[in-house]
Amino acid sequence: MTYIPISPNERDAMLKTVGVKSLDDLFDAVPKKHRFPKLDLPPALTEMEAASLLSEMANTNENVREHMISFLGAGAYNHYVPSVVDHMLRRGEFYTAYTPYQPEISQGTLQAIFEYQSLMTNLTGMEVSNASHYDGATATAEAVNLAFAQFRGRRKKIVMSPTVHPQYREVIRTYSQGMGLEEAGDDATADLEVGPGALMSLIDENTMLVVVQYPDFFGRIHDYTKLIEDAHAKGSLVCVVANPTALLMLKTPAEMGADIVVGEAQPFGIPLWYGGPYLGFFTTKKSYVHKMAGRLIGETVDNRGQRSYVLTLTAREQHIKRERATSNICTNQGLLALASAVYMSSLGKTGLQQVANLCYQKAHYAAAELSKIDGFGLCFSEPFFHEFVLCCPKPASEVNAYLLDHGIFGGYDLGTDYPSLENHLLVAVTEMNSKQEIDTLVEVLKEME
Amino acid sequence: MATIVEPTIFELSSPGRLGVTMPASDVPATALPPKNLLRSELPLPELAEVDVVRHYTRLSKFNYSVDDGFYPLGSCTMKYNPKINEDTCRLPGFLYTHPLQPIETVQGNLVLMYELQEWLKEISGFAGITLQPAAGAHGEFTGVLMMAAYHKSRNDTKRTKMLIPDAAHGTNPASAGMLGMSVVTIPSDERGNVDLKALEAACDDTVVGMMLTNPNTLGMFDEHIEKVVELVHKCGGLMYGDGANLNALLGIVRPGDVGFDVMHINLHKTFSVPHGGGGPGSGPVGVSKRLVDFLPSPLVGIVEEGDDEMEPLYGFITPKQSIGRMKAFHGHFGGGLVRAYTYISMHGPNGLKDISQYAVLNANYLQARLRGTYKIPYDRICMHEFVAEGAFEGSDVRALDIAKRLMDYNFHPPTNYFPLIVHEALMIEPTETENKDTLDRFADALIKIAEEARSQPELLHDAPHTTKFGRMDEVKAARELVLCCWLPENYESMR
Amino acid sequence: MKIPSSLKYTKSDEWFDPASGAVGITDFAQSQLSDIVFVELLVEEGEQVTVGKAIASVESVKASAEIYAPAAGKVSAVNKGLSDKPETLNSDPFGEGWMIKIAGGTTGDVMDSAAYEKDCAGRAH
Repeated sequence: MTYIPISPNERDAMLKTVGVKSLDDLFDAVPKKHRFPKLDLPPALTEMEAASLLSEMANTNENVREHMISFLGAGAYNHYVPSVVDHMLRRGEFYTAYTPYQPEISQGTLQAIFEYQSLMTNLTGMEVSNASHYDGATATAEAVNLAFAQFRGRRKKIVMSPTVHPQYREVIRTYSQGMGLEEAGDDATADLEVGPGALMSLIDENTMLVVVQYPDFFGRIHDYTKLIEDAHAKGSLVCVVANPTALLMLKTPAEMGADIVVGEAQPFGIPLWYGGPYLGFFTTKKSYVHKMAGRLIGETVDNRGQRSYVLTLTAREQHIKRERATSNICTNQGLLALASAVYMSSLGKTGLQQVANLCYQKAHYAAAELSKIDGFGLCFSEPFFHEFVLCCPKPASEVNAYLLDHGIFGGYDLGTDYPSLENHLLVAVTEMNSKQEIDTLVEVLKEME
Repeated sequence: MATIVEPTIFELSSPGRLGVTMPASDVPATALPPKNLLRSELPLPELAEVDVVRHYTRLSKFNYSVDDGFYPLGSCTMKYNPKINEDTCRLPGFLYTHPLQPIETVQGNLVLMYELQEWLKEISGFAGITLQPAAGAHGEFTGVLMMAAYHKSRNDTKRTKMLIPDAAHGTNPASAGMLGMSVVTIPSDERGNVDLKALEAACDDTVVGMMLTNPNTLGMFDEHIEKVVELVHKCGGLMYGDGANLNALLGIVRPGDVGFDVMHINLHKTFSVPHGGGGPGSGPVGVSKRLVDFLPSPLVGIVEEGDDEMEPLYGFITPKQSIGRMKAFHGHFGGGLVRAYTYISMHGPNGLKDISQYAVLNANYLQARLRGTYKIPYDRICMHEFVAEGAFEGSDVRALDIAKRLMDYNFHPPTNYFPLIVHEALMIEPTETENKDTLDRFADALIKIAEEARSQPELLHDAPHTTKFGRMDEVKAARELVLCCWLPENYESMR
Repeated sequence: MKIPSSLKYTKSDEWFDPASGAVGITDFAQSQLSDIVFVELLVEEGEQVTVGKAIASVESVKASAEIYAPAAGKVSAVNKGLSDKPETLNSDPFGEGWMIKIAGGTTGDVMDSAAYEKDCAGRAH
């Protein structure tokens, strides 16, 4: 298969205009001994053959819609995506355009992202939002960059709750390798029963950022108001990593005083897709906008008096500020921001509240029924949203292996990241899990030897 | 008041209007959390599905895209995005697999990732590949982290300088800056190559390495590439290749063979993953043998060998001295890797070589057609792109005006004002998926515009004229900073 | 273009008032940057600065620049209100747009207004 629309005659005419005899003659600048390597790759397929090959590969997987009952969450959630979302995404005008550098002919992308920014600030209660991050983990790492830039390196400590997603903490450690940071709180062997209060003693005058998750990795809902007050008293910023579905129901991090609210927007209209691409949302206060990474859309007018939108404050970014920029990012996760915007507007306030309520109700039903089984119980007493920790009578890995034989993904094995939680399963329930599925899980676990 | 061409989704909202609704709960009700944990209001729009569809359809028509026409943005490789990719990446087996599923249940995904790693190694000549980086800049950061980790592992701690040519993309210095390295700018010579004398002078035992785009942003393949690599290696530095311009090199030369140690590959440029209005991208990174142990974790590998009866089992492995994790989960699987895999499988070795040969032919053809009308400051056989000067003797018309005027001829403008080393730069990358007629029409338009620049400069200063929107007031946007909107009922209180 | 004769100038377009110790950016610099939308002062009152230390960061609609100390000494005052109205740098670079004062500062490599005027002429095109 080829996508090159040039006939042999046209090619020859073009070569003549250029003044060379053959296509190969265009590459004289390439070192001769390395020129035109033979590539050992499978021969080209036609479209029909490729479609069939990929179909076969996809069918090898067990997926959570057609084959398996799934209670896996831990940062990626199985939600219903209204049909309209993908129909909008499939418009070539959106998905085959580039970053809107030329606003006169990019108002579609620009207004859509401006609306996404507005939807996210209304959701989190913050003042500004970008649409630039690869996922929740990298958005959180960019919050560290923001704080570092804000204090211009004068404060060098971050305090991270051990109940921030383990992979997010790992990404922060990778990202901050060159910054010479002191890290506190990031300890998977800490006492995980205690709430956010345990972090307070770690915050000092050298602390630039405190990072907590809401609900936390174990699904618990904490009110961080007091922690944030204390952190502010020490002059530190606070970043809350939030689940957007939970924010549809819960008090906003802005109301608690958060400076930065980030998270994973995958639950809002983006398929599981085996982990990506997703969308990291990033919202903050207007006073930090100059230190925020990524593309930002602002409202303006054109020379015909029409309201319109442009990329703004671009001098913050790498293409102008180069090595002095807060971040090297040049992505805006535009298409997925569009997905989230269409998701939020097609469900609307009412539909979104229904989604949140279904998640909450079903998760609580599942938690109640599971904890009735002999040997099982809920590990924590705090309120939760749609994810909770189930204590099991044996290692979670064995429970999961047993459930897998019955066509069920039981949840995330917390022993993977927390040595003391070997017998603990993180169970997520969404609107996609029917009562029947939950009852099946309960019945199967009752039968476990 | 400004005229509103299309209201925002907030302005279209009407309280009580329903869109997509959810089923009723099928479980016994549980009380909500205590009130002090609940939000008091949810200020989000209320619309019917038809309102949403018409709104975003109208917005889509305000965009210019590859599906609309020629989009010759230099260094962005705006090639045609095959439609089959859109179908394969949405196969239910890919769409509905959770990243934390047991590996036994996602062998299809893992085989695809493993084979794509192998293919990209073969195409680029590298010893190892990570598929994790989410975009080109993310791949760059990954690469620079590995370079730093390599030197650190050898206790070679005085290396703090990154050499970067003056023609480089801004992400290069920004990536080095994220690790606190100092950037030393290396000038280009009059043929658009790295200035060897300046490079030699900068090479010492404090050099981390060099970040080189080859072909560079002038579209020039460095004529002394082997010498450049030798100088950097000789002082103990590593060679970073910015793979933004890989579309010129498929089946032409493998960067690994020339001596590059690390390079990111933009799947959204070279391998037809659509740009999506700026993202998501996908930026796998290839490394030479000495950096393999530093690759981010995890990689896809064979965790149990197969035999005559059993397929091997694919899973995740962590390299010995890994720099760690670059993002959650495994990379841009659905949107990036599946599309790129589909694309490569449909090309094979010869098809890939065709891509680069025709991308280079198209660029040289356009360059030949424009020579004489536009000044080409680095005028030799170019690779997949070239840079012209968008200014004329005795005229106050600038590259920006030419770019805007091109919109009136129904073309997307080229990249302008980059690279910084060319005065009033117009950086043109046609890609291989354009036919001769399109290239001719584009050349004709640019030649016509050059005439207009002399005869009616005001036509260019005020351009575009035929588009739905005119030039924007960027100062107003930056000064007033209106960055979001609210529901009409909240407008007064919020603003 | 204004170039007050009472001030000293650097090649990187800062001005220094030997009488008051005030530092800012020149008219030429603000016109090259065009519309300035952000200014951040990087030093605080009481801090010691050396010649060439970055004292402020400025961003316009299309460019960014670091501003360097033209003199060494102790920072005796900073123009706190500047960050709220960065456009002052465009409208009044030598007056309200002052950035910091370096008390009794000893200057580095600076030139007088005539030399600076020549320097600017060489760069403008």
